[in-house]
Amino acid sequence: MTKQLLKGNVAFAEAAIRAGCEAYFGYPITPQTELLEHMSRRMIELGRVFLQAESEVAAVNMVYGAAAAGAKVMTSSSSPGISLMQEGFSYMAGSNVPAVVIDVMRGGPGLGNIQPSQADYYQVTKTAGHGDFHPIVLAPSTVQEAIDLTVLAFDLAEKYRTLVFVIADGAIGQMMEPAELPEMRPLPEKRPDWAVTGAKGRPHNVISSLFMGAEQLEQMNIELQGKLRQIEQSGEVRYESLAIDDAEIIVVAFGTAARVAKTAVKRLRAEGLPVGLFRPITLWPFPENELARLAERIPAARSFIVVEMNAGQMLHDVREVVGGRVPVAFYGRMGGIIPLPEEIETEIRRQYAQVARTAMPMEARNGHHIR
Amino acid sequence: MAIISANEFAAAAATETRREEMVYERPHALTNVYTHYCPGCTHGIAHRLVAEVIDELGIREDTILVASVGCSVFAYNYFEVDSCEAAHGRAPAMATGVKRVHPDKIVFTYQGDGDLASIGMAEIMHVAARGEKITTIFINNAVYGMTGGQMAPTSLLGQTTTSSPFGRDLRLTGAPIHMAELLAQMAGTVYAVRRSLHDARHIIQAKKAIRTAFEAQQKGLGFSVVELLSTCPTNWGMTPADSLDWVRDSMIPIYPLGDYKVAPELAPARH
Repeated sequence: MTKQLLKGNVAFAEAAIRAGCEAYFGYPITPQTELLEHMSRRMIELGRVFLQAESEVAAVNMVYGAAAAGAKVMTSSSSPGISLMQEGFSYMAGSNVPAVVIDVMRGGPGLGNIQPSQADYYQVTKTAGHGDFHPIVLAPSTVQEAIDLTVLAFDLAEKYRTLVFVIADGAIGQMMEPAELPEMRPLPEKRPDWAVTGAKGRPHNVISSLFMGAEQLEQMNIELQGKLRQIEQSGEVRYESLAIDDAEIIVVAFGTAARVAKTAVKRLRAEGLPVGLFRPITLWPFPENELARLAERIPAARSFIVVEMNAGQMLHDVREVVGGRVPVAFYGRMGGIIPLPEEIETEIRRQYAQVARTAMPMEARNGHHIR
Repeated sequence: MAIISANEFAAAAATETRREEMVYERPHALTNVYTHYCPGCTHGIAHRLVAEVIDELGIREDTILVASVGCSVFAYNYFEVDSCEAAHGRAPAMATGVKRVHPDKIVFTYQGDGDLASIGMAEIMHVAARGEKITTIFINNAVYGMTGGQMAPTSLLGQTTTSSPFGRDLRLTGAPIHMAELLAQMAGTVYAVRRSLHDARHIIQAKKAIRTAFEAQQKGLGFSVVELLSTCPTNWGMTPADSLDWVRDSMIPIYPLGDYKVAPELAPARH
């Protein structure tokens, strides 16, 4: 396979097809519409299921039906559409059916705008719907990674019978980069035993998230939490680290923000500033053990700076892990603005100068800068 | 005095045995459990009719139910077919997902008036518009049953409910929605009829309609829906017998029974 120039949204779609996606249901919304458009042509050409639903509400319930029927299924949307789909995500979590969701985030709240944003970190990692559950959340920072993580998403969804989100932002969705697509996988020949396929020679299967007895529902929740703990402890945590062995300042960022931060870190390293980058790839499960080890293991680490395209959301996951030991500062842009490398460089320099004054109380060093 | 010999007795007994035949039994498409439905509620009749049709068509092992939210929320416990439980109003969308994955299966939704005509209006209209090859059994009892008797989009004008204590007022909440007529307008609908479950004659007619609706799906013609006027004695505050009369005397004049759309392929042959 050779590299080809691919738009992020098209890469998501084609990667899903090659990973064995049998059915796609979606609704147009910027900045992910090219994904739906690509599916509308390719899925039909391949004799697979494509349907443009009447709304995101309908789309997610079509996904639920297709997943219940045992198909490898996907939808995609952007922030306001994801809000509409949340009820369906909750039902899918409650009935243990697998599905893949691509969320190409845009600026909010409300109708917001169509610019790149990371303001739905909480929505996806913490509150994907009502009730106690987390989807697995993967965050690519390049078009190649969008492809690789989409393929992984289908595998994880099937392995754990769970929802897997791949979250990007409008920048990754819209940019074109050289990337390599995987080979086309054959479609599965048989449906899972639990799926609704017609009760031929067996008792009827039921896909439901309704458990009327409190003890029954608690038991279902215990099992669901058990599955989530299993995911956390099964080596599914993924991250990338860059120049952290002797770093005194460690930047933590995901997706597009991490990509910009990487440029800033490289430039400052070239100047001799001891700075490194830690990039969570799984936002849930969050690489908390890895981050904690980092804070413990690297004696030089004197401060973390979280950079996000929001008002500070992943920040709180980082603070929960390392906050008591090292100051965790924040730099963020909102409203669909991508920070420039220069802005992040300035922030790193400022933090480096501040932590040098070690007598400073921890609170004062937990700087929080949003513009 | 007649003396019956042992041989004669055995012959008579054998004749008797031959005359014993099963005339009424639980359909195979129903599970062997008691339902949670209230006394006098016609959900039980509707379930049985659907199950009988599934048995008669020999499609039990190829049928998938998408249950809805409302009193029929536990329908998946009563039908011995593979089942899913949809979110409120979304059964047609979920059924779409199932049917598109399994185009060779028979997929049906079973929905009440709050589910189908209120919160699920968009989804039901769009399966009809697309001509989704599914069947919908629509139970219209003019009230929200599961939540305890609130006004439904199909409540009659003047009908007193727990959320229209002064009677349904046209100026406040509009008029009852006629779903069979509405769905008949959609291009993808091949069969849209209204029947009633208030007496034996109408129950037999209802069963025929349910059968035709499933046959429409078997033939791959498009979307089919049977609206069934049903009782809710508990929330209407009536005896089961009075409830049946109320369907006949109050509901049918507002919701005329009839065939609102029958595709030519489904029309009975004329001789």
